[in-house]
Amino acid sequence: MPGYILKRLVIAAFTMVAVLTVVFFAFRLGGADPVAIMLPPEATPKDVRILTEKFGLDKPLVAQYANFMKNAATGDFGKSFRYNEPAFRVLFQRFPATLQLGLAAFFFALLVGLSVGITSAVSPGSLIDRFGRLFALGGMSIPTFWVGIMLILLFGVTLRWLPVAGRGTALHYLMPAFCLSLYPIALITRLSRSAMLDALKSEYVLMARIKGVPEFMVVMLHAFKNASIPVVTVIFSVFGALIVGSVVVETIFSWPGIGRLVIESFFTRDYPVVQVFVLFVTFLVVMLNLAVDIVYAYIDPRIRYQ
Amino acid sequence: MTTATDAITGKKIKAPRVGAGIPWLGLACLALFFFTVLFADVIAPHDPFEGDLLNITLPPAWEEDGNRSYLLGTDMLGRDVLSRLIHGSRISLLISVGCIIFYGSIGVVLGLISGFTGGRTDMLIMRLADFWMSLPAIIVLFILAAVNGPSAKTIVLTIGIMGWPNYARIVRGECLSLKQRDFVRLARVAGCSNMRIMVSHILPNIINSIIILATIEIGGIIVLTATMSFLGLGAQPPSCDWGLMLAEGRQYITYAWWLVTFPGLAIVVAVLGFNLTGDWLRELLDPKQKLR
Repeated sequence: MPGYILKRLVIAAFTMVAVLTVVFFAFRLGGADPVAIMLPPEATPKDVRILTEKFGLDKPLVAQYANFMKNAATGDFGKSFRYNEPAFRVLFQRFPATLQLGLAAFFFALLVGLSVGITSAVSPGSLIDRFGRLFALGGMSIPTFWVGIMLILLFGVTLRWLPVAGRGTALHYLMPAFCLSLYPIALITRLSRSAMLDALKSEYVLMARIKGVPEFMVVMLHAFKNASIPVVTVIFSVFGALIVGSVVVETIFSWPGIGRLVIESFFTRDYPVVQVFVLFVTFLVVMLNLAVDIVYAYIDPRIRYQ
Repeated sequence: MTTATDAITGKKIKAPRVGAGIPWLGLACLALFFFTVLFADVIAPHDPFEGDLLNITLPPAWEEDGNRSYLLGTDMLGRDVLSRLIHGSRISLLISVGCIIFYGSIGVVLGLISGFTGGRTDMLIMRLADFWMSLPAIIVLFILAAVNGPSAKTIVLTIGIMGWPNYARIVRGECLSLKQRDFVRLARVAGCSNMRIMVSHILPNIINSIIILATIEIGGIIVLTATMSFLGLGAQPPSCDWGLMLAEGRQYITYAWWLVTFPGLAIVVAVLGFNLTGDWLRELLDPKQKLR
């Protein structure tokens, strides 16, 4: 097992280096010249030269790349043009707000998704099953941002029950967290339902029933434990959905998190912040991949020996 | 009445209704969608880009201040919402089909190589696919939009680069089982090159799955592209992209509810149509295939 984890760690490190390289070349070669963005149009050639030297942009590309990687290793990704602070710090100040919203949505989605998924697999065709399928279809077919807008229209503008923007009281969490959880709920419900249906049809479940194990134990211990393997995978997709969702939901509800920050930074051409966001999200994805690989190897020992 | 009795339980079995299982709602949504795509020029009552500045933000016709000639009202520039929605269907279809063709080709090629060659190449491609799927498309969109500027093209490029793993997986799976079949072995005995076996013996056999997957995925892509346009990272004004219409209408949400309601409904109709029909097609044409 330690050897397996080490191997995965090395792969994760290589992935990060590859991603850093792609991001460096994309932003550096893509015409997003920070000097041109930062200086006012009436700047003299001398100003341009000074700033170019300050950013080290006069050096050869290879030297710039080496410098970028060196700085990245120490967590230095340049200063935000807008806040004149390290881009990394700007992002981190806004991260807790996103994390709180994301966690609220995640646990809500897990709770609803798993319980609806399992219940509908246990009794297919029941009212909950039908409701679950309708909800899953809706979660896939109705865009999150439109649900958000409709909620604002109904509860914010027409009924005036809930605050439509910002973060303060618990009431502020209701609409954004609900919106953010819709797609994950649909995903988790669909996947846990099909995984449970498969598991309930298996021979070990039949065996447990023959032995006279109580039905609840059959479902939760024998079937769900095995069905949980594919459900773990869905965490990948849920995570991706939460990231995209947070950009959307934070924009709609003016939530002061990193999703709204990155959109604002993009439109003010504050590219260091955008760059840090991209790297940060990729880093989270790589770490999550690693974690899931390890959890997998723990749940299913066959994987380690491949 | 066509009833039979089950030999063992003695219960009555009803014969399935004629047309049972056909997704009428989905097909109706699709019909509406394609009707607007095909006849947008004929059925749109107004020019989608020409504003009538005397009639800005008119509510829908059935409201008190509504005007009969603007059925779903007008926007802040006096453009007819209905006409813009009708023309928007074309953009929606064009972008999503563009995306599918783009990443579908990448996915099919990689899937064929992966499934056919096997071994290390296969493992590498599949690991890459796993990782690729976990990357949120939006971060690639940010990079590409910073480099190329936000536009509908950037969206197609982003999804084109990001979408291939699903296709690669399905094609690989099919390829693995087809590889064992006699006609592939015979082709090899007859001296066909690997390339030729892949293109003229295996590919025709997986076209079905490729088309089914496209029908299933197109709904999700319409939602994704609309989301990207909504964020301002996609189609730019004065385009009548549905996502962009929602973004523009959002500023007037306090008094012009129709600007944020109808574009969303249009998206739901299109996506529901593709999703329901896609699920049905899959069960009809390929019951054994399970797509995640």
